[in-house]
Amino acid sequence: MTIRSDRDHGQRYRPRMSCLKKLEATVVQMQDPSTGVKGTDQKLNVTIIPHVITGQDIVAWITKNMNIDSDEAQAFGTMLVAFGYIYPLQDHKKLVLRPDGSLYRFQTPYFWPVQKWKAEDTDYAIYLAKRNIRKKGVLDAYEQEEYNKLHKWMNHKWDFIVMQAKEQYHAGKARQKADRVVFDCQERAYWIVHRPPPQTHSAMDYGLDRHIDPNAEEKKTYDYYRRIIIYTQQAVMRSRVKSSVSLGALAKYITTFKNHDPFLVPCLPSNPWQTDDDSYWELNTPDVEIPTKMRVERWSFSFYELLNDPRGRADFKIFLKKEFSGENLAFWEAAEELKWGTAASMSEKAEHIFKTFLAPGAPRWINIDGRTMGLTVKGLEHPHRYVLDAAQTHIFMLMKKDTFYRYLKSPVYKEMQKKAISPAPHNFSEAQLQQNMRNRRPSIDPIITWQKEQEEKAKAEAASGPKVRDRCMLKMLYLTSYVHMTAEQLVPIICIATSK
Amino acid sequence: MCDQTFLAITFGPCDNCSQNKPLMNIYLKNEPINYCSLCVELMACQGLAKGETIHTLKAESETLKTKLEEERAKLHDVELHQVAEKIEALGQFVMKTRRTLKGHGNKVLCVDWCRDKRRIVSSSQDGKVIVWDAYTTNKEHAVTMPCTWVMACAYAPSGCAVACGGLDNKCSVYPLSLDKNENLAAKKKSVAMHTNYLSSCSFTNSDMQILTSSGDGTCALWDVESGQLLQSFHGHSADVLSLNLAPSETGNTFVSGGCDKKANVWDMRSGQNVQSFETHESDINSVKYYPSGDAFATGSDDATCRLYDLRADREVAIYSKESIIFGASSVDFSLSGRLLFAGYNDYTINVWDVLKGTRVAILFGHENRVSTVRVSPDGTAFCSGSWDNTFDLRNILYGFALYWHQGLYIGVLHHPVMSVP
Repeated sequence: MTIRSDRDHGQRYRPRMSCLKKLEATVVQMQDPSTGVKGTDQKLNVTIIPHVITGQDIVAWITKNMNIDSDEAQAFGTMLVAFGYIYPLQDHKKLVLRPDGSLYRFQTPYFWPVQKWKAEDTDYAIYLAKRNIRKKGVLDAYEQEEYNKLHKWMNHKWDFIVMQAKEQYHAGKARQKADRVVFDCQERAYWIVHRPPPQTHSAMDYGLDRHIDPNAEEKKTYDYYRRIIIYTQQAVMRSRVKSSVSLGALAKYITTFKNHDPFLVPCLPSNPWQTDDDSYWELNTPDVEIPTKMRVERWSFSFYELLNDPRGRADFKIFLKKEFSGENLAFWEAAEELKWGTAASMSEKAEHIFKTFLAPGAPRWINIDGRTMGLTVKGLEHPHRYVLDAAQTHIFMLMKKDTFYRYLKSPVYKEMQKKAISPAPHNFSEAQLQQNMRNRRPSIDPIITWQKEQEEKAKAEAASGPKVRDRCMLKMLYLTSYVHMTAEQLVPIICIATSK
Repeated sequence: MCDQTFLAITFGPCDNCSQNKPLMNIYLKNEPINYCSLCVELMACQGLAKGETIHTLKAESETLKTKLEEERAKLHDVELHQVAEKIEALGQFVMKTRRTLKGHGNKVLCVDWCRDKRRIVSSSQDGKVIVWDAYTTNKEHAVTMPCTWVMACAYAPSGCAVACGGLDNKCSVYPLSLDKNENLAAKKKSVAMHTNYLSSCSFTNSDMQILTSSGDGTCALWDVESGQLLQSFHGHSADVLSLNLAPSETGNTFVSGGCDKKANVWDMRSGQNVQSFETHESDINSVKYYPSGDAFATGSDDATCRLYDLRADREVAIYSKESIIFGASSVDFSLSGRLLFAGYNDYTINVWDVLKGTRVAILFGHENRVSTVRVSPDGTAFCSGSWDNTFDLRNILYGFALYWHQGLYIGVLHHPVMSVP
């Protein structure tokens, strides 16, 4: 007979297994004589087992009382079986709930997976020894192995174990046959949950223990409160935005990107995972000549999207070149490299950036306000990876608020929109899909792609050096021919002219 | 972009010790000042001043906390589901397994995608870390770590290296090579050193820096080349289980979730904890930023997933159901942010509609808890890793791309997935 109870048995609350408490509450409900699952008596060999329930009844009860559909109810029921609240009478090693006429019983609360009670090896040894006493050779292969192992480890207390096993065996014999059979089933079910047979797992296995006990009271010394005060003061003064504004922005983001989400709208020409055709990836490589229309549209959503996409960034660079303001993006990229670069290369990079972008008369001088320039130059005396933060922020905001919008209106972008391709959706027949599956193409190793990118970058840098100088020279020549001045008189003018 | 740290001064002379260091922006007697982390620490630990007792400090902290809640409530004028009313509902979802990757002999603990959208790295309990081309299901590289329970693995942005760590308390970076026969363990670089297990790691925008979180309650930023600690983040009072970098052009913040039920947002440059949310009732197993970077979602052992808005500074949605009582181990957003995929300890994956707060699909098929769920970089598929190692291959329906990756064998969708209210 099963007892209805959901007491904690005095065990310490283990928060990760708090689901067990909820499972227990449900199991108690299920055993209610009037509203619970209806049980019957079942004849097993010679004995009659009381309170047997069928899988489909369990699923039906869960479906009705928890207001979910039968698939979810079956999954929930499987959890009940996996944790040992309900055990199967047939095929006892497989802890799943079958939604058919398979027979189950409620486990007695004594064997419920109480939250802190770990199934001890000593108890397992006693259990196996008891079964051995009852009938030799009744243990399964894996149980025999475990038994031998335990015999070796616990040799020092083996007498105690055998004595306990004998006691339990005699106590069991004193019971009525029906009760004995039921108890044996229950005990066996308990050990299947806590010592799973090979090729199965125990639901009680939750992984590693946490290092710091979250239940332990934190020592509330004065510095604990001071830290809270420091944090909360800063948090209070933080500027916030109205919920309507920020939630509206979240909703807007979703609507903007809706057509680009492959889970909501099929991607063109087809999703490579579905059709085994990787054209979608081929058409969207980082260095593709002609991008797709969707990709070009995405660049217009925000400056971040444009910069994040290597093809978009390349297009933006073309636009900047036409406007002769490429140094802003170049400076931003260089500052990013400094920020995310290795610690060893920092001072060298900082120096290079100073010479190229910040020094008076630098070839790619960036236009930032005096205060920021002063701060940055001063900071560069002892370079730290965030030393360019202020300048980088300034330049970034400039690009984001001004250059980006001009780019979207520019002929460079408009032409790209016109040139962009719109691939037609694939329509593969079953046979073609089968063929695609057999011919899945491997891709270039990312290491090779990376090496190529680095080579391209190095070439670009080597090329841009002399180019800048050449531009200087060209302007100088132009001015000398147009205005009759000597070279010395021209140098300061050239410097101002080449800095934007 | 909500990244307010963007505009704050975070490097320069400290107002207290005048040294040039990364700065934390704090308030002293309601006046903003910039102190370096050492000075802040000293300030916190200085002895009780005249007239101060623990009780006065406690009372002060309580009043400040109430004030914070008031400030947050002042701007709370609308709920998420009200905003979502104007948005059309989602249709039916049917998801299908597309690939199954066999190869791990034990529980799969962590999975990460490569930026090329088809390769993934996965790590398992037995110490194996495998790099796959998921599209062709070929194994490309395999490394055996000298420890078990490799809970963290990450693919480098360049695709040239992977980082992993676990019970060895370290994070190691393995540069990948084109030569398949090369022993990757020979070139391994030990980068991070914690005093307890490594729970999560992530590369920043380049291969050169790694962000790690550990069971010892701290997160840290490391330089890969030298193994130098660049910044450490203290503030959690229990194990930190998960972290995620903000997807913004500045990339200055990250969020971490821990067993102290808190989700903290940090400024990577100064180590300052800029925002903190404590509304969960149990350990936070997983945190993930919303694609725009203005919000993040968390999955917790209290069987709920929650959405926190960073600009409004509050929790805005709870994704839960009475019938879901097992903890969520891992969450991830789809590309547009409309769908939230969450893997649970009851062997299922629930797909939530982020705006409306309803569940749009439940996916069965795994036979042990789902440990990790990750959407691919271009949003075309998501993969789930689980602890199961039993075999069950059954028939499948049409649908969107999704694939599973399990301990030893393959588990496949065996029930038609329905859209549930």
